[in-house]
Amino acid sequence: MGEAVPVSLSHRHEVARALRGFLPARAVLFEEEDTRPYECDGLTAYRQLPMVVALPETEEQVRRVLQLCFSMNVPVVPRGAGTGLSGGALPLGNGVLLSMAKFMRVLRIDPRARIAVVQPGVRNAVISEVAAPFGLYYAPDPSSQIACTIGGNVAENSGGVHCLKYGLTVHNVMRVRGFSIEGERLELGAEAPDAPGLDLLALAVGSEGMLFVVTEVTVKLLPKPQCARVIMASFDDVEKAGNAVAAVIAAGIIPAGLEMMDRPATKAVEQFVAAGYDLEAAAILLCESDGTPAEVEDEVARMEAVLAAAGAVRLSVSRDEAERLRFWSGRKAAFPAVGRISPDYYCMDGTIPRKRLGEVLHFIAALEQKYGLRCPNVFHAGDGNLHPLILFDANNADQLHRTEQFAAEVLEKCVAVGGTITGEHGVGVEKINQMCTQFRPEELELFHAVKRAFDARGLLNPGKAVPTLARCAEYGRMHVHRGALPHPELARF
Amino acid sequence: MTLAALQEQIRTAAARAAPLRPRGGGSKDFYGNEPRGEVLDVRRHAGIVDYEPSELVLTARGGTALAEVEAALAERGQCLPFEPPHFGAATLGGCIAAGLAGPRRAAAGALRDFVLGVKLIDGRGRVLDFGGRVMKNVAGYDVSRLVAGSLGTLGVIAEASVKVLPRPPAERTLRFDMDQTAALDAMNVWAGEPLPVSASAWHDGALYVRLAGSAAAVQAAAPRLGGAELADSVAFWGAIREQTHPFFAGEAPLWRLAVPSVAPRLELGGAQLLEWNGGLRWLRSSLGAQEIRAAVTRAGGHATLFRAPDKSAGAFTPLDPGLLRLHRALKSAFDPAGILNPGRMYAEL
Repeated sequence: MGEAVPVSLSHRHEVARALRGFLPARAVLFEEEDTRPYECDGLTAYRQLPMVVALPETEEQVRRVLQLCFSMNVPVVPRGAGTGLSGGALPLGNGVLLSMAKFMRVLRIDPRARIAVVQPGVRNAVISEVAAPFGLYYAPDPSSQIACTIGGNVAENSGGVHCLKYGLTVHNVMRVRGFSIEGERLELGAEAPDAPGLDLLALAVGSEGMLFVVTEVTVKLLPKPQCARVIMASFDDVEKAGNAVAAVIAAGIIPAGLEMMDRPATKAVEQFVAAGYDLEAAAILLCESDGTPAEVEDEVARMEAVLAAAGAVRLSVSRDEAERLRFWSGRKAAFPAVGRISPDYYCMDGTIPRKRLGEVLHFIAALEQKYGLRCPNVFHAGDGNLHPLILFDANNADQLHRTEQFAAEVLEKCVAVGGTITGEHGVGVEKINQMCTQFRPEELELFHAVKRAFDARGLLNPGKAVPTLARCAEYGRMHVHRGALPHPELARF
Repeated sequence: MTLAALQEQIRTAAARAAPLRPRGGGSKDFYGNEPRGEVLDVRRHAGIVDYEPSELVLTARGGTALAEVEAALAERGQCLPFEPPHFGAATLGGCIAAGLAGPRRAAAGALRDFVLGVKLIDGRGRVLDFGGRVMKNVAGYDVSRLVAGSLGTLGVIAEASVKVLPRPPAERTLRFDMDQTAALDAMNVWAGEPLPVSASAWHDGALYVRLAGSAAAVQAAAPRLGGAELADSVAFWGAIREQTHPFFAGEAPLWRLAVPSVAPRLELGGAQLLEWNGGLRWLRSSLGAQEIRAAVTRAGGHATLFRAPDKSAGAFTPLDPGLLRLHRALKSAFDPAGILNPGRMYAEL
């Protein structure tokens, strides 16, 4: 990426001037030094300076920014904290980058109704902080929760380490308000259950900022469990660890969290945060129970028995809250820890049926040999969501190229075993080619039709998440796999 | 019936612009506005395709009897956590198309929360796959959840994958003598505490609270709440779920009011039965639809005319113009000829 999109200076100034008609000068940025911080999100391999950055503070200003862009035919890319890992907030050189960073207010906490009404720029962790005095919290907890915003979580349908039991963003958001690209106000969902009509809220969550711009969110708050304990189980073989995950669930237990890390990952983490992980183990599982003290005691005992029977060579249970948080600190710091042992890393996000885990891990190990690149694995074992991290050096063009090939093979394998290319990070620009592997042209066509229902001119975050059929045809031509061209029914150019 | 035969029937209907009414067991023929068009019987496209308890996922064809699905799950100690009503010979496809959930909804989630993927035949007769068989999947728009509760207006559910969960090992129901206001208060307070409440209902001066979870959790929570233990918990909740409770008998129109759970008691000229911590309020009333809808809208909710001989007022609360426009645009994306269950949800769709 990074190739310049030709934009005339006069066009840039015309758009900026029009925005300054109703936004203060400080809320409209177009000088390179000011727009530079917006050139990428968490996927830093892709960069592009936006034509103009707009930072509205009120819903009325958002409405006017959208209306203006619609009338001037200027594309708009919405952005929260910019922590996304798939390039969903990558700017367009001919577009307005709409930053929602100033929407930072918690508007209402209603402890009796167990809801919080917040602006989209509120950080995920802040919601739980403000709900804590009422014994409540917001359940989805992506690892980036201290930085990522709820608006971004809605756009990506973010998960976290507790979503097997407590659900993803889509399960914990009740209502959103926002504006279409034409500046029309939309209210999806409700504080009452089952809003009338089609479930547009479910459609909007995870739509990667392509359908409308969110300006207000009502989330569910849950009562904070009285206590939680986590078991750290060591295995001398990754496949055994994978089977232990299935055994826990087959025993009728839904752990509050169930995470797996292989030895390369625990080694990286241990140097970084000293979480107390067993470095002898080929893989460790973190298996958490929460609830009342009696419930937890009972569940931990059952979990220990299942894990031992599944071949765990060592089991330790957190003795207090400090130790529990220490065990988790390593998992939550896995990405930055890996960032310290390699100049760059490429994080994948495929999800697979749990029973195929051993096969997929062996496949990844073989690719490490094939491409000569290391790949530690951390993953949300409970819900089959893998985060293999390919280590590379972006300054080495050949390594970058091999990394992309490596990642593409892993994602296609996830699809082949009945899974998906992305469990929680989104497609963005990063996995757009692999969408051609997961979906057939008719399905992609329907996605485009859904997009047109909300945004007929395709001005909101265009080019992300759903590939054009032409792009898939092109990708298919380059990527013959399993001996056959994908989409043989499609006309080739 | 094979998938190809269903596709063919839809293609033919689309070519003739002839309305079709997809139908499973017909158990929810009463739901929504009057069905129109020729019946598209999905029952013969049936059977469980894949069920692996340790994956917590079951995949079955749309025409599979809901009872068969639940029996297969029960055999392995699992369940559909949203406790959908059967109302007769329900099918899995019809269950998802209707989107209705039962007593455990407030604790476990809505039906759409458990839909992981669908194989859909759209209004052009194309077979389309959305979502999948894994818990987390954000590739493409979440069409499977959009289809949940769409009343067959977007396509025919040929196959669906749902997330399932272990059945709670222990269950106990407590009964309290309380008026509606006190019950609303109690339900909302308890829902905010870390208690294993899995269902709540209030009717005629009595509040019923079901605890479910591990034996240890249920045992620890029951004395904290007090009340009297109800002898036949399973039968009681079964009667609420299937609407065989005496409240649901008789001819008076049955309204389904969905409101924020903390909305105060609504006086609407008839008996009420509350569920979901007060978020769902069943009403038997002959008051005018406009009056009922206005009151419920003021309370922040919406009112569905659930069972009634006359649905000329429209089964569902009307949409505002912006949302209606979106609905129409989506409808034409899935069903350009407008043949699938026209008018069942809204006259304009």
